Amino acid sequence: MKTLDQVQSGELPLLDVRNLVQRYPLPRESVFRAPGEVLALNGVSVQVMAHRSLGVVGESGSGKSTFARLVMALERPTSGSVLLLGRDLNRLPADELRRARRDFQMVFQDPYGSLDPRQTIARIVAEPLTALTRIDRASLRERIVTVLRQVGLRDADMDKFPHEFSGGQRQRIAIARALITQPKLIVADEPVSALDVSVQAQVLNLLQDLQEQFGLSYILISHDLAVVDYLCDEVAVMYLGRIVEQGRPADLFEHCAHPYTRALLEAVPRAGSGRVRHRRTAPVIASQSVGASGCPYATRCPLADQYCRETAPALRRFGATHLAACHKAEVVMALPPLAKEGG
Amino acid sequence: MSGSANVPLIEVENLGVRLNTSRGPAQAIREVSFSLGRGETLGLVGESGCGKSVTALALMGLLPEGATLTGSIRLDGRELMGLSEADYCKLRGNRISMIFQEPMTALNPMHTIGRQVAEPLRRHKGLSAAAARKEAIALLDRVGLPDAAKRVGAYPHQFSGGQRQRITIAIALACEPDVLIADEPTTALDVTIQGQILDLIADLVAERGMSMMLISHDLGVIAENVRRMMVMYGGTVVESGATEEVFTRMGHPYTQGLFRARPRLGARKGTRLKTIAGTVPELADLPAGCAFAERCAIVESRCRAALPIAVAVGTGHRVRCLRTDVSMARPIGILDS
Repeated sequence: MKTLDQVQSGELPLLDVRNLVQRYPLPRESVFRAPGEVLALNGVSVQVMAHRSLGVVGESGSGKSTFARLVMALERPTSGSVLLLGRDLNRLPADELRRARRDFQMVFQDPYGSLDPRQTIARIVAEPLTALTRIDRASLRERIVTVLRQVGLRDADMDKFPHEFSGGQRQRIAIARALITQPKLIVADEPVSALDVSVQAQVLNLLQDLQEQFGLSYILISHDLAVVDYLCDEVAVMYLGRIVEQGRPADLFEHCAHPYTRALLEAVPRAGSGRVRHRRTAPVIASQSVGASGCPYATRCPLADQYCRETAPALRRFGATHLAACHKAEVVMALPPLAKEGG
Repeated sequence: MSGSANVPLIEVENLGVRLNTSRGPAQAIREVSFSLGRGETLGLVGESGCGKSVTALALMGLLPEGATLTGSIRLDGRELMGLSEADYCKLRGNRISMIFQEPMTALNPMHTIGRQVAEPLRRHKGLSAAAARKEAIALLDRVGLPDAAKRVGAYPHQFSGGQRQRITIAIALACEPDVLIADEPTTALDVTIQGQILDLIADLVAERGMSMMLISHDLGVIAENVRRMMVMYGGTVVESGATEEVFTRMGHPYTQGLFRARPRLGARKGTRLKTIAGTVPELADLPAGCAFAERCAIVESRCRAALPIAVAVGTGHRVRCLRTDVSMARPIGILDS
């Protein structure tokens, strides 16, 4: 368990994703031509340290859910590697991967679709554990009670069915199910976007408490920048399968260096006093399937010039923790700061 | 375009809606009153089950069968309550239009988009197929669909979510309605597309002098897009007033709680969100008194006795709370951070 100690002390990352590429074939359009491909992930590298959270933001089609599926080893990447606790998940034999799964669990977006309506809460919550190990009934029951209490549910809830719970409580059940194997990493794909605003806050606070209590790491996939800001130590902004900017929330949200990050920040509606919303430029939606050269954001970027359209930018460093892939990053960073939200 | 300037376009008085649900009859709406003037924009904000969509459907005459309505809804002084289905059909899509939340399901997958945009024009304006098609192209062009003339013959699945929402907006606007109801028009869309769609709606509303009711769960969307707003909770309006006024001096404990519970940019890790305890009540078992009583920090026994009446706390600013003296002792809103 030497690696585990090094991970816990912060010498080694808990999760090390290296140059991940995932291609999906498109339906064949003609019998005479090879089918096209979608580059869902185009060389993503990222590390998550123990007790830390990484937020992944981007629009639909940016590859954030593909990234989550690959980290969870639900499919194999075209190339690149996912190392958890120093082991490459895609090279592990099937039975070892199965055992390794107790270290990483997932919480899904829709708490109505992700819980089996015909099973009791006890069975739902216990499933990840019973699928992995043999465990006697008494100690299993004890584990279930413990995790239910940890997420703020009652012992009596274990014999109920999902329909007896509200959306927020269901998401707590889904979190309890992820916690029962005592994982090191939880991947949460839009964990609060299906919840009401007043309930969202309860679940976000719970996620934060659990991290402090158990030293969990999170990968939080979200389109909501404010949620990511609240829960994460580091943020990666994805666009068409690449990380275009990465850094601490303070780096990204106060000194963003990529025009796409800035566009995302500008688009957040703010509850300011009678402030007239300023107009946004109409972007052109780019396609993922073209293997064009140049910056993938150039078609939408107000700052793009000929050089941007010809040469793809690599990630450059702008501070100890801040990376961005933009030729014009200096220009973006010199733009006036965005309006702050009141409240 | 008959009514005079001082008669509001829409006047809703003491609206009540009773729905039959699987858990028995539920009073989905109670004591909802508001008016909407010509060219005015009104926002409706609240969480799931608060009754905001039911209010919109009541205006559109689209409530499910078995729903019982009480009170009055007047359009240009004309009573809509008890209107026959045939008469309602003449209004819907013609004088009152609606944009729905899910552009994926609001469009018929079996018909071309051209036919769907032309449908209200043919039905209400009696245009010929050729004239309606021409008009449909002009509309699609106006809502910013690229290559409208070439794409009228395409089917909904050939468009992205944002484009489909543009198409539903074109349908809603086809007959130049007086009132546009937008029920969460951007909830299913990406945040960057959301801005474009809201800009488009705002432009069209200003350009055609329409009145708009915008329904959203997002306080930010409401703050930026409407002049007046109403906050709904448990089937009734708990706070209403000019958007600026409400955001500066929030009166109802629920509005205040909603505002403070929202994660917002700049709230770094380590800060805690102020939550509202408990969950949104089920419409089937709403309490007789204030619906927020169970979750309210400053609740008293008299709050549970009967539904509080809305008290004026400023010009046009009304709060349905008995304890505004306590809740408003310290201003809560955008100025307090």
